[in-house]
Amino acid sequence: MTATAEPEVGKARLRKEDARLITGQTKWTDNLQLTGMLHMAVLRSPVAHARIRNIDCSRATTMPGVAVVLTGEDFAAEQGSLPCAWPITEDMKSPPAPAMAVDQVNFAGEAVALVIADNAYRAADALAAIDVDYDELPVVLDLQEALQDTDLVHPDLGTNKCATWVYDSAEAGAGTNVEDEIASADVVLERTFRQQRLIPSFMEPRSVVVDPNADMFTVWSATQIPHILRWMLSAVTGIAEHKIRVIAPDVGGGFGGKLQVTPEELLCLLAARRMGRPVKWTESRTESMLSAHHGRDQIQKITLSARRDGTVTGLKVELLADMGAYLRLVSPGIPVLGAFMYNAIYKFAGYRFVCTNVFTNKVPTDAYRGAGRPEATFAIERMMDELAAELDMDPMKIREMNWIKHEEFPFTTVAGLTYDSGNYEAATARAMELFGYEELREEQSRRRTSRDPVQLGIGVSTYTEMCGLAPSRVLGALRYAAGGWETASIRMLPTGKVEVITGTSPHGQGHETVWSQIVADRLGVPFEDVEVLHGDTASSHKGMDSYGSRSLAVGGTALVHAADKVLAKARRLAAHMMECDEADVEFASGSFSVRGTSTVRTLGDVVLAAHVAHDLPEGMEPGMDADATFDPDNFSFPHGTHLCATEVDTQTGMVKIRSYVAVDDVGTVVNPLIVDGQVHGGLAQGIAQALFEEAVHDEMGTLTTATFADYLVPCAADLPAFITDRTSTPATSNPLGVKGVGEAGTIASTPAVVNSVLDAVRHMGVRDINMPLSPERVWTALQGGSADDVGDVAAGGLGSIDSQGGQS
Amino acid sequence: MIPAEFKYLCPSSVDEAVRMLAEEGEDAKIIAGGQSLVPVLRMRLAAPTALIDIGGLTELTGVRDDGDSLLIGAMTTHYEVQRDHLIHDHVLLLKLVADTVADPQVRHRGTFGGSLCHADPAGDLLAPALALDAVMVIAGPGGRREVPASEFFVGYFETALAADEILIDVRVPKYTGWGAHYEKLNRVAQAWSIVAVAAAVQVRDGSIVAARVASRTSVPGRCVRPRWRPRWSGSLRLLR
Repeated sequence: MTATAEPEVGKARLRKEDARLITGQTKWTDNLQLTGMLHMAVLRSPVAHARIRNIDCSRATTMPGVAVVLTGEDFAAEQGSLPCAWPITEDMKSPPAPAMAVDQVNFAGEAVALVIADNAYRAADALAAIDVDYDELPVVLDLQEALQDTDLVHPDLGTNKCATWVYDSAEAGAGTNVEDEIASADVVLERTFRQQRLIPSFMEPRSVVVDPNADMFTVWSATQIPHILRWMLSAVTGIAEHKIRVIAPDVGGGFGGKLQVTPEELLCLLAARRMGRPVKWTESRTESMLSAHHGRDQIQKITLSARRDGTVTGLKVELLADMGAYLRLVSPGIPVLGAFMYNAIYKFAGYRFVCTNVFTNKVPTDAYRGAGRPEATFAIERMMDELAAELDMDPMKIREMNWIKHEEFPFTTVAGLTYDSGNYEAATARAMELFGYEELREEQSRRRTSRDPVQLGIGVSTYTEMCGLAPSRVLGALRYAAGGWETASIRMLPTGKVEVITGTSPHGQGHETVWSQIVADRLGVPFEDVEVLHGDTASSHKGMDSYGSRSLAVGGTALVHAADKVLAKARRLAAHMMECDEADVEFASGSFSVRGTSTVRTLGDVVLAAHVAHDLPEGMEPGMDADATFDPDNFSFPHGTHLCATEVDTQTGMVKIRSYVAVDDVGTVVNPLIVDGQVHGGLAQGIAQALFEEAVHDEMGTLTTATFADYLVPCAADLPAFITDRTSTPATSNPLGVKGVGEAGTIASTPAVVNSVLDAVRHMGVRDINMPLSPERVWTALQGGSADDVGDVAAGGLGSIDSQGGQS
Repeated sequence: MIPAEFKYLCPSSVDEAVRMLAEEGEDAKIIAGGQSLVPVLRMRLAAPTALIDIGGLTELTGVRDDGDSLLIGAMTTHYEVQRDHLIHDHVLLLKLVADTVADPQVRHRGTFGGSLCHADPAGDLLAPALALDAVMVIAGPGGRREVPASEFFVGYFETALAADEILIDVRVPKYTGWGAHYEKLNRVAQAWSIVAVAAAVQVRDGSIVAARVASRTSVPGRCVRPRWRPRWSGSLRLLR
């Protein structure tokens, strides 16, 4: 075993996952072929709200290759209800969520029947032969109208209101009463923002294979959460947990969209159990867009109070959040995750947050990159710009006078969180320098004076976020059903090679590379000697999986603790081998030595000695493996300053991003290349919300953006060259000092872009434009129209595709 | 995304393809590069009973010099158009347009003739075909006929091509030495474009002495028939 010369942590290593991914060597779920495997195709409701009068499967059943056609009625006794793990209030309304509709469909795209056939083509063909007789009901689509309870999504509930969740700083003892702040303020601003509905758009469509073998079920799924999935499948079906093995092989992206226990996972399991044969289901893109959960979709009414000098005093947030037709795994908690972030980096005296969750006849919403926090950051960063405009102050100056100073950390906020570390001044100074802030302001002024048809705008976003989900006791206090710890195991093999088992479940993040770097440094072994195993409940029996920028801050810390346990035991054995006192043993670069002598044992020597166990200290167990589970005391709080310059063509409404600077403080960086990748991808997704993406339904509740021709996901050609840099104030809540970076770019960038466009046209009388800022919306606003004048229009070329993928 | 069942036929000549088309009837469809048709099949927006694959007909590929004009084989790919010397020298506009078609994978599979026959109002070849007075050479049971671009594009995804006919060549007059430009507006790079303008101009001594310009628009779900801008030619000062 050789020692590593330079530290691995901080090294921009290429990812060890990539060779197999980009050469097609890996096996995605859909690549699995099992003997005797059947294929499942799902018939989906083309209507958003209807009673099912009758389903006639007789023709489909006789089609070539069809093994069976099943309806919700066939599964009614065994499918139970899909789990919702986050009942945010005691009185939350939670309607039954069948995997397949039994007598009523509540959104277009909901499963109503299954075909199980000997190949995927024949299964798809037979769908067209199923006749469903629907008795249509009035559709509930608009959030405000839904609150009137005129028509009900779930008549049994008696209301469309799911739950109301409140945080009040006065009641919590974390601040003053916001109504007092508003009543006594010099300036009170009230704005309403719309967070349009988004579709997570992971690259690999969802796919499931279930293999029933004797009384054991092996489930492969393109999921972010193999451990939670195993637990929940057991809870829903009653199959004993130890008789279910879940494997998440290489998974092609998730963005929260695969943080779910899906109807199709459950249906595949039930179908495989019924047939006694393996069953596979892989969705098409349109199916994905029609049935996998969506994100965002909130209306945010924000009231901000301030003194004339620009000091903010109070913040009141009143949210309406669209749950869609059912509560999925963590749907109700998504807006609640944002509750602690509206006050952001600013020192408000009083804060109140009220969120009302509402049912509609749309695809259920749930986690999407940032989950509640992008919405919060958008609202507060837009409000800070509104305040700057109201008081005619520079938007950066007004932020600076209100943010937490670097010497004030740790700082307990009005939302009751304690931010452990941060330096907003440093990140901002660096961003302003890279951006050329003053020069751009001068150019902006020139263009205004000369009435240039292309106006320049500058947008600021000084964001923070809470990640590293999460301290289990906090999750408990928020009524979340699970803990937030993470686990890691290290197996030292007799040849000195290392197996790492992690409870995190990477789906594109590069944990195999980063975890190897951490272990290589900690144990002084070569990077190449570390293998990371993940995503299989048989090898990794516990874990809380990957989401919420938690994997490194929580799972990486568990790994450090496991490595330290290995070293502690190895040190004791090394002392025994070198016949010295343990206190005299030193460890460096993978070798133990006796202080002041030339006696050396490498870690490999010690591991082998532990393995053969010929001569161990009294009471020591053979082997050199270690497990550790880490439950954090606190969240981590990445922050940063993002600056965006846009050119707005006032004649056409076209927006072009001219430059974008992101300076992020994510604490210690293990792999700068991977961090840059996360920031770039995050920026692309956040900018996409600002400018391009929007899930649109027609008045019947049909999703008209169910292809990538209509739902505009930008690619590299649509984005500027990002200028990224970092400052670093290590987190104090974990030994690595890391904070998490998975969601930062998405959270920060949306308000930076929108603020920038408004900054370009505010002097022309424009106060707000709804996202996404399409040329049509920008142009309409410039003609004096209001934010609501432009309806939602599918953006692309194919128009309506109905839920079977046919032309409507 | 799985298409409905269809019969797959592979003719060895244009005449055989025409015969197959007649035999299979109205629900048969010619497949060229498949870059538009395959997505349509996979989304079950269309379900032809038979596909006649003319991908193997080498007689339909390549660009030939035909005196005052070029003959571009219908199965010539966009990639070949981008790199063809005759096109570069005599109809530069077509090269510039081909450069902007979709992405490299599509340009290697998608064909010049297939794109024209698909007549997607957001397609790239409509405006240049109109601007350049291209003529479609069509084979059918009754022999060959030629249709100018201005009569070929009938409407939204609609051409003058009869159900039993195949586009085999496109005749494009030479515009040797003319300058050219192509501009289109997309919300994102991979989206259907909303509007496009193709122009070829002849410049002498700093003045445009002749110009060919055409534009096309596509407003999804609203536009039934593309509105063609009239072509014009004449002289105007070159604005600089």
